[in-house]
Amino acid sequence: MIIPCPICGDRDVREFTYMGHASILNRPDPEASPEVWDDYLHNRENLAGVVEELWQHTAGCGAWIIVRRDTRTHEILSAELAREVARAG
Amino acid sequence: MVKLIANSAAEGLLPLEGPGVTVAEPPMERLTSLAPLHGGLEAALEAAHGLALPKPNRTTGKAGVRCVWFSATHYMLIGPEPDASLSAHAAVTDQSDAWCRVALSGPRVAEMLSYLAPVDLREESFKRGHTARTLVGHMSASIIRTGAESYELFVFRSMATTLVHELEEALIALP
Amino acid sequence: MRVDGKGRIDRAKPLEFTWGKERFTGFEGDTLASALLANGVRLMGRSFKYHRPRGPLTAGSEEPNALVTVGEGAAQEPNIRATMQELYAGLTAQPQNAWPSLERDVLGLNDYLAPFLGAGFYYKTFMWPKSFWEKVYEPFIRRAAGLGALSGAHNPSRYAKAFAHCEVLVIGAGPAGLSAARVAAEAGLDVILADESWEMGGRLLSETEEIDGQPGAAWAAAEVAALAAMGVRLMTRTTVTGAYDGGVFGALERRGHHAPHDPERPHECFWRIYTSRAILCAGALERPIAFPNNDRPGVMTAGAVRSYLNRFGVSPGTRVAVFGNNDSAHHTARDLLEAGVKVTAVIDSRPEVEIDVEAPVITGARVVGTKGRLGLEQITIEEKGAQRPLLADCLAVSGGWNPTVHLTCHMNGRPVWEPSIASFVPADSAVPGLSVAGSAAGVMDTFGCLKSGASVAADVARELGKAPPEPKAPRAGSAVYRIEPLWHVPGKGRAWLDFQNDVTVKDIKQAAQENYASVEHMKRYTTQGMATDQGKNSNVAALAILADATGRGIPETGTTTFRPPYSPVALAAIGAGAQGSGFAPQRFTTSHKASTTRGAPMVEAGLWYRPSYFPQTGETHWRESCDREVKLVRQTVGICDVSTLGKIDIQGPDAAAFLDFVYSNLFSTLKVGKVRYGLMLREDGHVMDDGTTARIGENHYVMTTTTAAAGQVMNHLEFVHQCLRPKLNVSFISVTEQWAQFAVAGPRSRELLNAILDTEIDDESWPYMSCGELGVAGVPGRLFRISFSGEHAYEVSVPARFGDSLFRLLVAQAEAMGGGAYGMEALNVMRIEKGFVTHAEIHGRTTAFDIGLGRMVSAKKDCVGKTMSQRPGLLDPDREQLVGFRPVDPEATLLAGAHLYADGAAPVAANDQGYCTSVAYSPSIGHHIALGFVKGGRERLGEVMRFWDGLREVDTSVEIVSPVFLDPEGERLRG
Repeated sequence: MIIPCPICGDRDVREFTYMGHASILNRPDPEASPEVWDDYLHNRENLAGVVEELWQHTAGCGAWIIVRRDTRTHEILSAELAREVARAG
Repeated sequence: MVKLIANSAAEGLLPLEGPGVTVAEPPMERLTSLAPLHGGLEAALEAAHGLALPKPNRTTGKAGVRCVWFSATHYMLIGPEPDASLSAHAAVTDQSDAWCRVALSGPRVAEMLSYLAPVDLREESFKRGHTARTLVGHMSASIIRTGAESYELFVFRSMATTLVHELEEALIALP
Repeated sequence: MRVDGKGRIDRAKPLEFTWGKERFTGFEGDTLASALLANGVRLMGRSFKYHRPRGPLTAGSEEPNALVTVGEGAAQEPNIRATMQELYAGLTAQPQNAWPSLERDVLGLNDYLAPFLGAGFYYKTFMWPKSFWEKVYEPFIRRAAGLGALSGAHNPSRYAKAFAHCEVLVIGAGPAGLSAARVAAEAGLDVILADESWEMGGRLLSETEEIDGQPGAAWAAAEVAALAAMGVRLMTRTTVTGAYDGGVFGALERRGHHAPHDPERPHECFWRIYTSRAILCAGALERPIAFPNNDRPGVMTAGAVRSYLNRFGVSPGTRVAVFGNNDSAHHTARDLLEAGVKVTAVIDSRPEVEIDVEAPVITGARVVGTKGRLGLEQITIEEKGAQRPLLADCLAVSGGWNPTVHLTCHMNGRPVWEPSIASFVPADSAVPGLSVAGSAAGVMDTFGCLKSGASVAADVARELGKAPPEPKAPRAGSAVYRIEPLWHVPGKGRAWLDFQNDVTVKDIKQAAQENYASVEHMKRYTTQGMATDQGKNSNVAALAILADATGRGIPETGTTTFRPPYSPVALAAIGAGAQGSGFAPQRFTTSHKASTTRGAPMVEAGLWYRPSYFPQTGETHWRESCDREVKLVRQTVGICDVSTLGKIDIQGPDAAAFLDFVYSNLFSTLKVGKVRYGLMLREDGHVMDDGTTARIGENHYVMTTTTAAAGQVMNHLEFVHQCLRPKLNVSFISVTEQWAQFAVAGPRSRELLNAILDTEIDDESWPYMSCGELGVAGVPGRLFRISFSGEHAYEVSVPARFGDSLFRLLVAQAEAMGGGAYGMEALNVMRIEKGFVTHAEIHGRTTAFDIGLGRMVSAKKDCVGKTMSQRPGLLDPDREQLVGFRPVDPEATLLAGAHLYADGAAPVAANDQGYCTSVAYSPSIGHHIALGFVKGGRERLGEVMRFWDGLREVDTSVEIVSPVFLDPEGERLRG
């Protein structure tokens, strides 16, 4: 599999580490209800379709990247720097 | 007063010769990591060392000074003691002893590297002044193309022995 | 037998080789199979199940029968296709799956038991009695199963892995592949052309067809030369084995198979090829026809007969019959006749077909039987209901050609039935970026293949933004390929489909009858297609028969799933580069050499290697060394390399705020020049790691992590910064490698340091938990007054280049004072004596509350893990809490991993009260001590419990005590 790192370009998946679903960026308020925290930490959609994933270019530039990937075909639809998404959000 | 002796990272492990490839450890140089903090690093580097800040996957340099893009958040200044003015714009960290550096030269270096690194090192994709953070074997590494037939490779200092082993294996693999 | 004037072998270069116990001669350019056939050897293997005598069915990589063991001793390699094995001088090959010999194989008896061994035999037979499975059935099956055997010795061969990048990968160098590569290269694209043979040309090497008025092979050679001149990367002996996501292909290059074994050079190289586009020009594979006893040595595909004749100059027989359902079979008869080989009959199943051959032609006829115990002697022909025998020692069979669609199926693509060629062709865009040309796409004439390759390559070039050259059309044969499907000829005797796994037409029908009607079920029930050839010779016919038996059409029946690899790849090749010390990087500290010189056994800590202990003359057991090292630290001074602990340099105006967020306790309040112990939580409230962090400037901290979690913590910090707190102006970098750091521990540590520091230190300027920069023997270094041993101790660091030198100096100084170096064992004993936790305790399921550090979760701020750490379940007083264990019997040995039960309670899960995580013999106290977790443990100090490890037979009593065994007030630390 090839992941298009926004900084380094197309790279072999072996340079990356999968870090889970991109929803991990949406950290709840510390005072949020236990249900909200439980959801944030433990509950994930298991879609046959387009998912947003968090990858780190561990053996490359180190950037955290949000990858939109179709789990049915492994087609990668986009890759953005997580820090830019987080700054905007 | 006792005096401490300095050892290079690959002390006693190099040089290495193979068909069309020479591997040597260059003399130790000052390596300084620069991580932009407040903005203005570009101008400060230009003013202090006469160098542009490299774009991702690129290096800049002139005699005795080089600046290498080193990661999403860092640059590596190679050569001089960093000018004090840089600290106002970047986290400045001495990395002179953190890396094992080797210089590879010869007509078959790129071919040999294809046994080690998954990145595209073809002539037209990886030109002089280009750099890549990638894997060398199982090690996180930085590869710099320094000339037509010369490259420089960085891995963690502690992995020097493994790097030399991997280089030996790659030399054997060359047909 | 050799045929004069034919073949691409070099008759000036005879090569001697050994087959079994006999020596033979072949020529350069032969395969083992062609050389054996030339020497009259047809019997080359025994089938898997019935041990039927078999000869080569094909001349290529799809060979199911002629599997042999090449080489001798440790380097012997089983299951090599004789049809792919290039001949070299001194080659030794052995038959396999036969005992005592190929000719007299005892397990050939299985063949007589065949009526009882049909499809599903295993499932039906080995059901009961249950107790028989382990002792009787399994050992028997294991002994009988398998083909060739490994030597059992370490594989002495080298394997390499490599990466290649190109714009266009052309897979297969037959007419389509050569013309595709030519067009792509002329369009200015960077091209790799890979072919499994040592010579490029594909079928052109095996046919007498001409291109542009010259022999096909000569045309191919000229094309290959032109491609090389254009800079096309030509990879011969390279099979593209798999298609993967993102334009990545796996390919196996056989480097050393064509020469005597050389342990110094790679035997094989496994390539990962990265492409923008790929063109599959893998051609087509001929399929046999299933008729009774169609498996005798001498029966082979018609195309294979042409390969042996035209490429290798061998006729597989002296009286050859040809049997087919399509026009291509006739070429075999013509080529044989032209070479002067006797063709006894050309049998075509089609009633109305014109065949222009100078041999007896029988149309509308079928072969319904064969004779010959170890090789074909006679066939039986049925024509208009009448049967008659015909002498033949070779039967060339063609049931048609199957496009080599495999790679297009590797990403779940399903091929499409094409009635005009009675076979499957690749579905469009089955693999993104992979186009198909030539016979692989169902084009069955040479001219068509040349054209198809060129036009597909031109499309690819345009898609990549290049202008393709003007199309050229070399003159070549363009005969129409006519075929009438013929899958099975009924008759008396077994009709074989899968030769290697011994699956017959009857087995398929039986599977259908027993309702294994799905093609995937049929495959698993009968094992059809599960041999090393993966059904290349039998899949299409098998599912046609299944379709017939289930009353469905072939398209509705569908195909099984082709998966990588296309042809077998040794695991050693896939794992190349990861054997031995290539398995993982070894991280050595700067004191590594000095430590190993002192005889220290090294222990792995993550990727690091650390000394366990430093044995001294006369010490015969590690405990002696360890106890001595503990004492020297507790009484004098010891030196230990602690460089492997993660060190992270954190700078920036928001550094304090950042640390307050990643640590459960406060770091913004830490004074410059001070060190604080910190606890890091995971977001789920459990402890991630611990360590000390020093503030060496207003906006500058140095964090230490444990050795084990250094990478994890670094990634965590990156995650928090890039994903959760991107607006914090902070930067961090690992300085683990930059600094060599040594613990100097013991009551005389300061005295030792003052001998080498540029500035003398005292308790006032360097109290406990202080830090700073200072000169170390003339070198700028750092000093931290911290302790993991409970003693008055420091950690001193210098740039790594001075590490070796400083370690030697420190140890020499220490030894002069009666101290010395200490290793991991002693370090561990001392931290257990002090009740300090490591990842044995913070193992991922424990909280700050559990380890007695609940107060360290600051109430004043948010931090990672804070909210969840306050969950009622994580604060339950009945949770397992960190305690110490003291054996009631001081002589008792404790073991980590033991579980705790109430005194006298049965050691069963329901009674479990906790477990032991760390154990040490404390030379300071004089008996074993341990750390562990007990339910509500902090309230149970003094209780005696049962300490039980059923696996290692420990059953003793311990008293629950405070986890701090030594100096609970910390007087030694501050002394």
